[in-house]
Amino acid sequence: MASALTIADVERIAALSQLELTADEKELFRRQLADILAYAEQVQAIDTSGVPATAHVHARESMERADEPRGSLPVTEALGNAPDAAPDAGLFRVPRVIG
Amino acid sequence: MLERTARAIRDDIAAGRLSAVEVCRDSLERIEQLNPSLNAFNHVARDRALARAADVDRARASGGALGPLAGVPVALKDNLCVRGMRTTASSRILDTFVPPYDATVVRRLETAGAIIVGKTNCDEFAMGSSNENSAYGPVRNPWAVDRTPGGSSGGSAVAVASRSAAVALGSDTGGSIRQPASFCGVVGLKPTYGRVSRYGLIAFASSLDQIGPLARTASDAALMLEVLAGPDPCDSTASPQPVPDFTAALTGEIKGLRVGVPRGFVTDGVSEGVRRAFDEALDTLRREGASLVDVELPHARYAIPVYYLVATAEASSNLARYDGVRYGYRAAAGGNAGVKEMYSRTRDEGFGPEVKRRIMLGTYVLSAGYYDAFYLKAQQVRTLLRQDYDAAFEKVDVVAMPTSPTPPFRLGEKTDDPLQMYLADVFTVSANLAGLPAISVPCGFSDRLPIGLQLTGKLFDESTLLRVADAYQRITDWHTRAPGSA
Repeated sequence: MASALTIADVERIAALSQLELTADEKELFRRQLADILAYAEQVQAIDTSGVPATAHVHARESMERADEPRGSLPVTEALGNAPDAAPDAGLFRVPRVIG
Repeated sequence: MLERTARAIRDDIAAGRLSAVEVCRDSLERIEQLNPSLNAFNHVARDRALARAADVDRARASGGALGPLAGVPVALKDNLCVRGMRTTASSRILDTFVPPYDATVVRRLETAGAIIVGKTNCDEFAMGSSNENSAYGPVRNPWAVDRTPGGSSGGSAVAVASRSAAVALGSDTGGSIRQPASFCGVVGLKPTYGRVSRYGLIAFASSLDQIGPLARTASDAALMLEVLAGPDPCDSTASPQPVPDFTAALTGEIKGLRVGVPRGFVTDGVSEGVRRAFDEALDTLRREGASLVDVELPHARYAIPVYYLVATAEASSNLARYDGVRYGYRAAAGGNAGVKEMYSRTRDEGFGPEVKRRIMLGTYVLSAGYYDAFYLKAQQVRTLLRQDYDAAFEKVDVVAMPTSPTPPFRLGEKTDDPLQMYLADVFTVSANLAGLPAISVPCGFSDRLPIGLQLTGKLFDESTLLRVADAYQRITDWHTRAPGSA
């Protein structure tokens, strides 16, 4: 359960979150997340059988518009904030992905 | 001249009694004078603002049409995109980000003639209740510089309270407009979910986020909402509901208004000073002809856990986009590091502790084995909370609560205990979970620190909130007092 959150749990969540944590951060978050989850566990005592979930308050039918092509951001501007771009090729560059 | 309301500034400029450039210079000087002590602004858009103010003056001189906010200095929370203007969300990970497009609210404000004077400091990605989670340092409360201005739109509240801008925009996911408005002695309005387009707002929790105005008067908030509200092809959640004439709603009349008071909820943890100001405000409304009606919100006590489960889940998904590839900070991966190491190092170095905490919490509650017990459960209790409000609004027109259980707390007072910080949002998060509009209006002081009265309304009934808040301000003078440190 949450109150017994372990360092291994924190490492697992950090990996899912794409976060590389220091040892100090792992211990701090283990304690703080355990406190918060222990507090949040109170919702589990509420009888919600048959109660629908609210994901969104305006659950009306989805909005649609005509499927017409419109202008979009030019490639140079889309690349303008990239830490490592290859504007001539129109690409974002990243470190190696495989191997 | 920034003692004037936005309406008065607009009218004075239109009548030629003031020039937009004069007003703009006044605002910029005030920001420069105060920012070293209050730290309300991340960025001041001096040249751009002066150029646009000159455009307003030229339009007036040539007899051109002036918009409803022509020449009014506006401060924008730094999570709203302005094309070509650095926009950071007070995060290191967006330290160098320059948006290639305008948020819809920015386009609407500028079309109406408003002058954007700068971007205001906030909690990182709008996550916080004290403005202490900013990569650029905390904002200070102009009423007492050792206190927080509230959060996450702390800089916007301070900009308005300190007369640095006539009005400001904030965003409110769990109280981030209303609580800083309360802490700084100004008006803050969170519109109904969907009333204002979120296009160009840096996303935190997409089913809860809403942009809204901060102003010194409810009347100015009404003027702002008229400009901001309406459907938007760029945001499918922006409602096609017709936008009423909010100014026409300001009749000054509240006879017969039914004010719901959830006495059973406004109990523990409410400070003596807040309770006194709240009771006096209710008395004032009653004397003006409103009736006070007891209402029950049985699930409101679960709003904090529900909010922090839902909001963090949504945040963990929204913030997955910060990966050092398309924009923002990228950590030096070094050596033979691959893309995965680059992602995780970038995020560890780029995000502050509260943002990491919320991403982790949200990832946990969405993960296999915990989804049903936490996330789905929270969404079901969210339904029960909405039903509580539906039942209350059968009997009343608005629900009244304090905005915050306490006056502004001290800087550093809650930073070591995230759960205590979360509890500061006890009265504000419900409106976001239920999608309802809510306003905070100054209603007194406790030890010379501002207190706010919060009114929550029916879906898309901002008119009633603005009418009540405006009527209250016509017979009280809390909002006319200026902070000593500003």
